[in-house]
Amino acid sequence: MNLSTHHILGVEDLNNQDVELILKTAENLKEISLRPVKKVPALRGKTILLCFFEPSTRTRASFEMAAKRLSADTLNFSASDSAINKGESLLDTVRNLQAMDPDLLVVRHGFSGIPHLLARAVRCPVINAGDGLHEHPTQALLDLLTIQNIKKKIKGLNVAIIGDIAHSRVARSNILLLTKMGVKVSVAGPASMMPAAIDQYDVEVAYDIREVIPKADVIMMLRIQRERQDACRFPSLREYARFFGLNKQTMKDAKKDVVIMHPGPVNRGVEIAPEIADSPHSVILDQVTNGVAVRMALLYLLCGGKEI
Amino acid sequence: MAETKLLMTEEQMDQVFLEMARKVAANGEDVALIGIRSRGVPLAHWLAKHVETLTKRTPKLGALDINLYRDDLSEVGEHPVIKETDIPFKVEGTGIILVDDVLYTGRTIRAAMDAIVDFGRPKYVRLAVLVDRGWRELPIQADYTGKKIETTADEVVKVMVKELDGKNEVVLKKDFSKRF
Amino acid sequence: MKLAVLNGHVIDPSQNLDGNYTVLIEDGVIRDVTASKKLDDRYQVIDAKGAMVTPGFIDVHTHLRDPGFEHREDIESGSKAAAAGGFTTILCMANTNPVNDNASVTEMILKRAKEAGLVNIFPVGALSKGLKGEEMAEIGEMVHAGCVAISDDGMPVMNGRLMRHALEYAKTFKVPVITHAEDLTLSAGGSMHEGRVSTALGLEGIPAVAEESMIQRDLLLAQLTGHHLHVAHVSTRRGIEMIRRAKAEGVRVTCEVTPHHLTLTDEACLKYNANAKVNPPLRTPSDCEALITALDDGTADCIATDHAPHSQDEKLTGFGCANMGLIGMETALPVCLKLVGEKKLSLKRLIESLTTGPAKIFALPGGGFKKGSPADVTIFDPAREVTVQSENFSSKSRNTPWEGMKLKGKVLFTVCAGRVVWES
Repeated sequence: MNLSTHHILGVEDLNNQDVELILKTAENLKEISLRPVKKVPALRGKTILLCFFEPSTRTRASFEMAAKRLSADTLNFSASDSAINKGESLLDTVRNLQAMDPDLLVVRHGFSGIPHLLARAVRCPVINAGDGLHEHPTQALLDLLTIQNIKKKIKGLNVAIIGDIAHSRVARSNILLLTKMGVKVSVAGPASMMPAAIDQYDVEVAYDIREVIPKADVIMMLRIQRERQDACRFPSLREYARFFGLNKQTMKDAKKDVVIMHPGPVNRGVEIAPEIADSPHSVILDQVTNGVAVRMALLYLLCGGKEI
Repeated sequence: MAETKLLMTEEQMDQVFLEMARKVAANGEDVALIGIRSRGVPLAHWLAKHVETLTKRTPKLGALDINLYRDDLSEVGEHPVIKETDIPFKVEGTGIILVDDVLYTGRTIRAAMDAIVDFGRPKYVRLAVLVDRGWRELPIQADYTGKKIETTADEVVKVMVKELDGKNEVVLKKDFSKRF
Repeated sequence: MKLAVLNGHVIDPSQNLDGNYTVLIEDGVIRDVTASKKLDDRYQVIDAKGAMVTPGFIDVHTHLRDPGFEHREDIESGSKAAAAGGFTTILCMANTNPVNDNASVTEMILKRAKEAGLVNIFPVGALSKGLKGEEMAEIGEMVHAGCVAISDDGMPVMNGRLMRHALEYAKTFKVPVITHAEDLTLSAGGSMHEGRVSTALGLEGIPAVAEESMIQRDLLLAQLTGHHLHVAHVSTRRGIEMIRRAKAEGVRVTCEVTPHHLTLTDEACLKYNANAKVNPPLRTPSDCEALITALDDGTADCIATDHAPHSQDEKLTGFGCANMGLIGMETALPVCLKLVGEKKLSLKRLIESLTTGPAKIFALPGGGFKKGSPADVTIFDPAREVTVQSENFSSKSRNTPWEGMKLKGKVLFTVCAGRVVWES
């Protein structure tokens, strides 16, 4: 069975059948990571180019590990956004990448839409590993796998996404994926961090996180980007933590079996108080494990095989 | 359009597994049975039941999906769906019997052996198949064979099992539309 | 040198002509527009049967990139693109390198325009030195050298005091001040209209209020100073509404709308199409509708293209960091005729917005067929089907959002000062 798409540029590209195939494949690939020899020869001889134009430790490591567990060769091609801005045209970069004739391209970039641009210019499949404020589809898929593992179902669950919705590609991909799969999604955070026209999505919007926490089966906390922190949008991390962070106070009315997720790395004491981050509710480390499995599934499903 | 010829009934299949179980039991040592997905898995359970009856000991059971070890992955247009691999015991030092429905080119068994080795170094690996239809492309032979038949390239040996196909039966089909 | 345009359907809004006439040209000026088809044999003849014959189009907002950015466009290629689009007179903005903020740059532009020798080019002088928005440029000298208006177009004048005094100073020299209305603190980081599409694409938005708040400031300053303000490329419903109200109150304000803001919405940016990245950004269908109404009722005084060439390397670099701007001179007519075809605008009003309208705002020669006017004529077939193919453009750049689009309307001849400068 094949995916309906040649690239994974966003959750938008995936239909429900694709999502189910990815989750099922990922679930069955998990076992490889538990073997004495954590490697299968499925993608032997394939070259996967990891192009990270924006610093990333976790996502890149996750993709690299996924590729290696499938025996693919990986090549890191990094360049900072600024190098690209300083006159080296992205077109030149793309031509360089194409000349290496990779079998698959994984791209992260600080600007929205760059993976789309690359996908139009190269012959191989492209996976978006996060583009600007746009999408981070593999994160949403691993989040979904994590939810399915723990809750044993997806449809009908209540998921609350809390934080800077406007500037989160994780939020956007999750909103698109979860609503597609029949989850009731609510988003909460200060109004200065809500995107324009959020009403185009089938989500409930709240500015007081205590409105969404009591009914949530899953709470997804978004990371406050300290480095991109915009003093015009909120006053201080301290105040943010008080009103929009998860702590004993704000979690008071949460369900007993609520699951807490975070795309990492966590700003302890900001989005999530340490005692909550370390509580049994937190599945942040399961997310990391599932990340490798989901990325293995995508590499397997996109790489190899003849074009049809 | 397909012509179908009955090769084995449920009763004959059971007879085959009983016979195999006798040989396995005669060996006297504990073995683990690993079925190759999809039809090898219920067949391994079938064989295990007889072994258990004869030895009064429950053999270890596992299931193996060999798709990630196929040598034609970059050739096939459709991606094989990856199913669960479940080997809930230590392979290191254990005697393993691989169980599959049909032995044909031998490529599946090659893949399965590569996979097994990634779980550890087994004491030995043996092979049990319900039908050997010939046409080997690799130097692989079964240790326990239910039925050996001669086939032509356009024939398909179809093993049906209750769990997946609703009945236990082996048939030979002449099927020109099927690409195998 | 005598030229006669025969058998065409003449529309001249300056004299309210709308019918079959012969246009007679002699020594670079209009000698007569007459119903008679009799000619003595000394005339060179253009047979305009089945075509429209109008005063040469005027584009009061272009960027010719010369001097400084000749890889995008230069005065010669820009002149060709103008002629190909039916424009005989264009104004070029000051954001060149060096900036046109003093008479010597103005003189150089005019010299090159003369060398190109195709269409009339009138420079717009910078309002502030280096377009920095800090110190006033030498407006008086630039006007003397040939600038017909003052503007920091592209770089909004955030300093209200400078804007106020520039209006007063320009009043002294009788040239309008053109405002590119944008509050940079509100538009910061944005690369397209803030709304559904920007949210879906994950692009920082530019809210409509970034433009509207600045239009309002400048309208108040125009009222305060009593001088002529021209608002460039109005793109929002509320923006044009504020101008309508100001006009009713007697404020000396004129404004332009662009073919792209009249006909395209933010959906043109889908799939990260950087050729639709423009400032002000493409807005919503409701904004388009309001701009069309305003053009129809005269609130918008003219159509201007904001022709802004950029190379492919400057565009294919990701939407967020791609340069803003699109080219429009060679597509303006067919794009605007779409509005006529859809019965949203009369042909007569369209022609007026491209000729008499802009001429009046900047007191330019041309824009009509009155006896003695410059013999600038555009002859086009409004029904001829065209497919936009940027590879065939005369402009050096290819950044058009209309690529591949099937439209109607083709310029057959462009005549400038009695000379045929474009023939299809």
